Amino acid sequence: MRRYDVVVVGGGPAGLAAAVAARAGGRRSVAVIERDRELGGILNQCVHSGFGLVTFGEELTGPEYAARWADAAAESGAEVLLGSMVLDVSAGPEGPAVTCVSAERGVERIGAGAVVLAMGCRERPAGALGIPGFRPAGVFTAGCAQRLVNREGLLPGREVVILGSGDIGLIMARRLTLEGAHVACVAELMPYSSGLKRNVVQCLDDFGIPLLLSHTVTRVEGRRRVEAVEVSRVDGAGRPVPGTGVRYPCDTLLLSVGLLPENELSRAAGVELSPVTRGPVVDDSLMTSVPGVFACGNVLHVHDLVDYVSQEATRAGECAGAWADGARGSGRTVPVVAGTGVRSAVPQRVDVARMPDELVVRLRVDGVYERRSLVARAGGEVVARRRRDILVPGEMEQVTLRREALLGLGGVDAITIGLEA
Amino acid sequence: MGAGGAGEKSDKVLTCIRCPRGCRVTVALGAGGKVEAVSGNACPRGDSYARAEVTAPVRSVTTTVPVDGARDEGRVAVKTVREVPKGAVLDVVRALADVRATAPVEIGDVIARDVAGTGVDVVATSRAR
Repeated sequence: MRRYDVVVVGGGPAGLAAAVAARAGGRRSVAVIERDRELGGILNQCVHSGFGLVTFGEELTGPEYAARWADAAAESGAEVLLGSMVLDVSAGPEGPAVTCVSAERGVERIGAGAVVLAMGCRERPAGALGIPGFRPAGVFTAGCAQRLVNREGLLPGREVVILGSGDIGLIMARRLTLEGAHVACVAELMPYSSGLKRNVVQCLDDFGIPLLLSHTVTRVEGRRRVEAVEVSRVDGAGRPVPGTGVRYPCDTLLLSVGLLPENELSRAAGVELSPVTRGPVVDDSLMTSVPGVFACGNVLHVHDLVDYVSQEATRAGECAGAWADGARGSGRTVPVVAGTGVRSAVPQRVDVARMPDELVVRLRVDGVYERRSLVARAGGEVVARRRRDILVPGEMEQVTLRREALLGLGGVDAITIGLEA
Repeated sequence: MGAGGAGEKSDKVLTCIRCPRGCRVTVALGAGGKVEAVSGNACPRGDSYARAEVTAPVRSVTTTVPVDGARDEGRVAVKTVREVPKGAVLDVVRALADVRATAPVEIGDVIARDVAGTGVDVVATSRAR
């Protein structure tokens, strides 16, 4: 059986940054297993710009950002297995192992000192929504439409309604408009956009595309192809208000209604998943509940910015490498609890004795808040505070925990992060 | 309040689109629509964005063009090397509708010069081999 110090599952931005970090200048053997014929993952179809400001100090397009990391991975000497699909990740007494299949080599089993899960996420599909009406052709997820337009050169339709204001939906509203389609409106169930504000401005406002907040699609018409959709207002509980429906004749309905971490492999490996993030529960080293199996990027929790994926994955790669070298934590972790107004926080557990001097906790709030502080408390003491003018669920927030501050408190039982005045 | 009403002072609130942070930037406009002050921006990019947005708004344009002779890729991604006037965005996309690239294409290769008379070149942002 082939064996590497670290095996990375997925060659998107998370997997590439993890591989570069795990390689540690050639000190460890690393393999990246990617099912596609190229590295870079979904970034290859994200031809718009806005990537890399944090990492490289310049605004890059998705393919450019992906190419920089693919080049870095190649330079690092990490081995890349393309066209190879991981079927199984398992942990045995002699460490984790990965089973993958490819046209060239058939089914093979690869041993590892540590495994990094970096499979990314998927779009919530039409079947998960239960929209009344027919099931004709012409209903696409926004990412599927993005692939058709940007990679295949195909226009999915000419008259378009978009349900959901996720970033890909907003980006596609602009993209389809530039390609000659007409986007009638973007309907969003929530009273706020789930995408970044800048995308509402540059993708909708620039082209006069209305964003209908607190609205949803209540009927799809058309037997063979979409002929129209009905968009209705919803009440505070998200229920359509009868009599408010407006019919939009169209041939295409795009869905941008959320991303779901792709954790089939993690689940089968026995990794504990969070019902809130839908990704693995991890400690400060980004290790899952299965020893030697780490997770980072959108498979762990859905990010807004790839730059933060790269940061998180770099840490996962470093920690996976250290684990492969034999490093172990203190064995005692304390929970990071999502307090008032906070929906989720990652990592969910911290080994205070082992954590780095500064640990970034990424989180999402559960509603729209103005002029609040994100406060981390341990044993009633404030250990971190961050003032924010506005907090929205669509934008990931972060709080930095300092090891010194936590050690100074003596024993800590839990760290709670919540919103305070 | 509208921008640049002749003779009257006013404030215009914008969302900066230069980075994903999306700062809420306030532009104080003086008589004749002249920018007197910019506030609320977290970095100098916000200042330059706000000044341009109320006087001569600009956007960068990204799209894809077909590529001939590549092994795998059917299209390459492209961008304007710098921003073009907002009003020229559709002209740029229309001008690129007739453009084809030929493999091999490297990131940064010029795909079209002086696109739509803007004086701005269009370069590849993905590879085709």
